[in-house]
Amino acid sequence: MSNESRPFMHRHLLDIESLDAQDVLHLLDAAEVFFEISRRPVRKVPTLRGKTVINLFYEASTRTRTSFELAGKRLSADVVNISTGTSSVKKGETLLDTVKTLEAMHPDVVIVRHSASGAPHFIAERLGCSVVNAGDGQHAHPTQALLDAFTVRRRLGRLDGLTVTICGDSKHSRVARSNAHLFQLFGGKVRFVGPRTLLPHHAESLGVEVYDRLEPALEGADVVMVLRIQRERLAGALLPSLREYSRTFGISERTLAAAPESAIVMHPGPMNRGVEIEPKVADGPRSVVLNQVEAGLAIRMAILYQLAGDAGTAPPS
Amino acid sequence: MTTLVQSEELARCVRRLAASIVDEVQRGGAGPHTLALVGIRRGGVPLAARIASEIRAAEDIEVPVGTVEIALYRDDAATALPDPKIGPSVIEFDVRGKDVILVDDVLQTGRTVRAAIDCLLDYGRPRRVWLAVLFDRGGRELPIAPDFVGRVVEVAASARLEVEVGPEGELLQATLEEAE
Repeated sequence: MSNESRPFMHRHLLDIESLDAQDVLHLLDAAEVFFEISRRPVRKVPTLRGKTVINLFYEASTRTRTSFELAGKRLSADVVNISTGTSSVKKGETLLDTVKTLEAMHPDVVIVRHSASGAPHFIAERLGCSVVNAGDGQHAHPTQALLDAFTVRRRLGRLDGLTVTICGDSKHSRVARSNAHLFQLFGGKVRFVGPRTLLPHHAESLGVEVYDRLEPALEGADVVMVLRIQRERLAGALLPSLREYSRTFGISERTLAAAPESAIVMHPGPMNRGVEIEPKVADGPRSVVLNQVEAGLAIRMAILYQLAGDAGTAPPS
Repeated sequence: MTTLVQSEELARCVRRLAASIVDEVQRGGAGPHTLALVGIRRGGVPLAARIASEIRAAEDIEVPVGTVEIALYRDDAATALPDPKIGPSVIEFDVRGKDVILVDDVLQTGRTVRAAIDCLLDYGRPRRVWLAVLFDRGGRELPIAPDFVGRVVEVAASARLEVEVGPEGELLQATLEEAE
């Protein structure tokens, strides 16, 4: 691990496309340092004392918000949570007005989740502090891809040239998109598999291979990433029934037989047990679902550490 | 850049430092089962390993060795972040009730040691914390005093004193670079 090569020169973390392989390795190496902190008797360091982190969540999220909140707190930053249910957004405030109000509070990092793709970019252009994208619409979820990469590297010992199969609703998934970009930075082959109605039309421009049958997609895979099936896709007539989906595309011990013995199974959560993933697999030895949660905290600490400091950050990009 | 202490003399300093720690163990100041060494990244890490092997040779006891990273505990953290050379703290033994010797190569202001003590205490409450340094060059800015010293050196406050480490963690020489 060599994180001495070059400092991390980004002011914001908005998507994986803005990063190169060295940036990613830099964050993963730093996360190794922070991973250890959460296993100490005292799980807190004084590093970001006096810094302010605002969690601005326009979309319901428990695990990502909690993960960012805990990451900030374990670094001793002051963390404030603003979610739409309790904020003036409900009273009709525009995104721009909210941003200006936040700016007046002098935060060091603002973490944004929004249902509109591009909202974090909009905010980053108008705020004088660092912005982290915690998921925007169907566009990007860079911290999820980074924590997935961290988990994969810890479990498989490498990131280079992996075959990653992403199962499910890749059409609407920012997790799929960010992971596709990340693993391709390391020469990986990324496959999307699912029913035709849930595969993106522009898959080729993402550089991924598309499959409409599970078995060939799992052949030779090092990593099997299972996406959450959202029930509203049923209402949108993209799926005939959850049961049929589960039988054809669900990851079970039976379907997983097509993948190599060494393949690991990931899920960004929350899981629909019995729909996209069988409980036996979710709780089995190949599942790294809980490792992903632990990795998420370390990655987010590393990102806050990189972005909240005054030194080493590049001018506004 | 000039050589301040050549390799032979440096080895003598290390042996002297290790011997004073072994003395302390023999006098009963630190029990063979309670003693532990913690090197401060990065200069203290190879030194702690060397001291552990000297203690092993002299007393036939295996002393647990750990590492602390102080970047996250610096008193100038707010303006010095982020540190690109950051590495992990590794303390795989229980520090509670231990006589921990913090180890660093050069002691000057004492700020690094202050940060290292804070980091160490986050792993539990040792019985006692001592400080061992290869070189004490004076210039303290905090009330920190070493318990074991390899050698006291007098150098200009602005000069850079560094201990060169080989690829196997061997201590090669101490160099001095005067400020311009």
